[in-house]
Amino acid sequence: MEVVLAILVGILYTAGVYMLLRRSILKFIIGIIFMGNATNLLVFLSAGLIHGSPAFVDGTTTNSAQLADPLPQALVLTAIVIGLGMVVFILALKYKFFEVTGTDDLDQLKQTDSQK
Amino acid sequence: MLNLLIIYFLLAVGIFLLPKSIKLQKGVLIAVVHLAAFIWFASKIQFISAEKPIILFAHWIPELGLNIEFLLDGLSLAFALLVSGIGASVFLYAHSYMKSYDYTDKFFFFLFLFSGAMLGLVMSSNLIQLFIFWEFTTVLSFFLISFFHEKEVARKAAFQSLVITFFGGLGLLAGILLIGSVVDSYSLNDWIAGSEKIKESSLYLPGLLLILLGVFTKSAQFPFHFWLPEAMQAPAPVSAYLHSATMVKAGVFLLARLSPALGGTAEWTFIVPLFGVITMLIGSYFAITQTDLKIILAYTTINALGILVLLIGIDTRLSIKAAVLFLFIHAFYKASLFMVAGFIEKKTGTRDLNELGGLKKSFPITFGIALLALLSMAGLPPMLGFLGKELIYEAKVQSPGFGSLIFIFGVISNIFMFAVSMRLIFKVFLGKPKNSYNVSKIKNVMFVLGPGLLVLLSLIFGISPNFLGKWIIDPAMSVIYAEPVKAELKLWHGFNLVLFLSLATVAAGALLSYILIKKDWIEEKWRKINKIIFPVRFPEVFSYALEKFVAISVSKTKVMQHGYHRYYILTIILFTAALLWLQLYFTRGWHLETSITFQPFYISGLVLIIVLATLFTVLTRSRIAAIIAMGVTGYGLSLIFLYYSAVDLAITQILAETLMVVMFMLILQRLPVFARLSAKATKIRDLIVASIFGSAMTLVAIKAINVDFNNPISEYFMANSYDKAFGKNVVNVILVDFRALDTLGEVTVLVVAALGVSVLLNSKKPKT
Repeated sequence: MEVVLAILVGILYTAGVYMLLRRSILKFIIGIIFMGNATNLLVFLSAGLIHGSPAFVDGTTTNSAQLADPLPQALVLTAIVIGLGMVVFILALKYKFFEVTGTDDLDQLKQTDSQK
Repeated sequence: MLNLLIIYFLLAVGIFLLPKSIKLQKGVLIAVVHLAAFIWFASKIQFISAEKPIILFAHWIPELGLNIEFLLDGLSLAFALLVSGIGASVFLYAHSYMKSYDYTDKFFFFLFLFSGAMLGLVMSSNLIQLFIFWEFTTVLSFFLISFFHEKEVARKAAFQSLVITFFGGLGLLAGILLIGSVVDSYSLNDWIAGSEKIKESSLYLPGLLLILLGVFTKSAQFPFHFWLPEAMQAPAPVSAYLHSATMVKAGVFLLARLSPALGGTAEWTFIVPLFGVITMLIGSYFAITQTDLKIILAYTTINALGILVLLIGIDTRLSIKAAVLFLFIHAFYKASLFMVAGFIEKKTGTRDLNELGGLKKSFPITFGIALLALLSMAGLPPMLGFLGKELIYEAKVQSPGFGSLIFIFGVISNIFMFAVSMRLIFKVFLGKPKNSYNVSKIKNVMFVLGPGLLVLLSLIFGISPNFLGKWIIDPAMSVIYAEPVKAELKLWHGFNLVLFLSLATVAAGALLSYILIKKDWIEEKWRKINKIIFPVRFPEVFSYALEKFVAISVSKTKVMQHGYHRYYILTIILFTAALLWLQLYFTRGWHLETSITFQPFYISGLVLIIVLATLFTVLTRSRIAAIIAMGVTGYGLSLIFLYYSAVDLAITQILAETLMVVMFMLILQRLPVFARLSAKATKIRDLIVASIFGSAMTLVAIKAINVDFNNPISEYFMANSYDKAFGKNVVNVILVDFRALDTLGEVTVLVVAALGVSVLLNSKKPKT
């Protein structure tokens, strides 16, 4: 299964990069989300896949080596939340940007001052 | 010595703080400071002439060989006397000269700082320390030349001299470091002591050439001479001080300073005189046909600098003696001539020789000063210049190597110099007045005091040169020559070859100047011929090269910084992909520890759904469909997390994905539909780039499966989660307990993002 998921990582990255290269800012944002998802999956995958044994412990646990590694999970969890914050902020920025400039085209973003 | 420098720098800053009534007299005040310094230096003459240099040493960064080392010996004393003495007279002059301009505080500040830096330079005996003062004078000279910064030519000239002297300065630094690495020290004493070692080292020639680059740029030697005439845009006091007596002599000083350490080799006695001779010839030759008063003086200065470099390069006892003497001669007459030129420009409003004439009547005192100075420049008795010229002839006659050639060129250059001097006397002061000037005489006292004193010195020393010879020139010579030497100076040498040569020079020079003065058209023709023979104008070549350089930079920058966001991303992605593939190539040959399988099938099916949803997101033209499909991808991922024992991840992913989709939907109605912005070819290109990157990432992911995370950390968390943190869910415990501060940071990020969103959405639309 790892190989299948690795291919999924590649496809998500491909989709993400392709969307990043679009001129539409909305697509650009979707590209960022894809890249984020792909990266999360990559980190998660690299810890190894273990089915059905989440890292739940009590005082009597002895087989901790057979449980899923909690550390990458903690990292990815943080990454998901930060990614959410970033995307929401970019969306708001995008909204404001469109309100002010009236364009969705990144190529129009070359000047710092509005051309009038 | 250090105290003196500190006083200088403090007083320079103090100019700004003076009360207004005192400020009016600041030029005079600074002149008094210089006079005091001059007297202090003069009081050391007797001590130092007895071969006892004053040394000051303090540790700075001894590990790097950087120490504060000051040395006042015969050579630095000679220069220090010049800097402070000429400084006093120049500041007196500047006091009157600068009165009519604004921002004189700034001017005096820079000029004062400059003389401090110059004193520091000549008294430094650590080469790195010397270099710092060296660059300091360069920077200050930039500000002084560009004093009239509202004029474009002045800015250009300042920039040009800055670039050239900085360029040479870098060479100098590199040279110092190279030679320094041979003897493992930057101290002058160590250099002189390790002279043999340096000269045998393979680094000697490159080091010497680099140092000479610094010397030649600073002292305006060919082919860097052209910045000096351009720098005549500076106010007259600056020209008199920097461009005749002090800064341009810094290169000569360094040459003399390093002569015991680096001099005497075949390379030295070939390269140094060669450039000196060329510079000497060009200087005198181009001085003749110029019409701008200050530019004529600039070219004669180039000539003098060439002579000095030549004499030090010849490196015989006689030539060193001539060099030190000529140093003084030139400083005396050239500084006063620059001041006179500034005075004339100020009173008549022009520096053009063709518009001047008959000034003898209007300014009799100035005429007297200029006459004496020009006589000295022409090398006529009874001025000190005569003595110098005789000595230089003698040195050239006796110079080893290609002596006879040097000597012939020397005579030619002196004929030109004689003609230049005569031309100036006749064109500017004699002849018919072209305009009448009414000047009040009392006001001019300050103008003539400075140059008058200098010329008087030149006259006195010319008649009785022994004081100068015994107390100043001998000690300086002894330093350069590294052994005690006595120089006998006489005005009258008797009838010999040299005197005959002098007479011949005067005769030829007189003839030449007669022709030039009487027949204007010859001069005109000559100028035209010059233009044909020497079609290359150095300043133009320089600015052309500079413009091209900037233009190339601009066009290159335009290629790199085009402003198209997606091309930046394209570049970044391509480079990252290339690096990844390269690394994958280097580490090829790994084996896969896991088998390729589609089990379990429902996860494979889930992956298929995610892939389809992703493709749909990319391809669809409907925004709502794209966002929903994107949501499917996210939710699919959360199911994968869930299946593989990451419960918390699954929950978080679902929550985050939901929030994102909701947010998208909220602002979607305010946004435009997807525009079809890219051509098909662009899309294919982007797809190829994306695939290259994506496939690399797949391989990275497969490789990563075989890499173990640092298990001890996880083991620690697992072992202690329940006992110490009283939590069963280890992931949660990590987030809220073991790494709680990280989570606090994460929360902060979210809060900042939320604040940002709130501000963005609530701010009013700007008025358009």
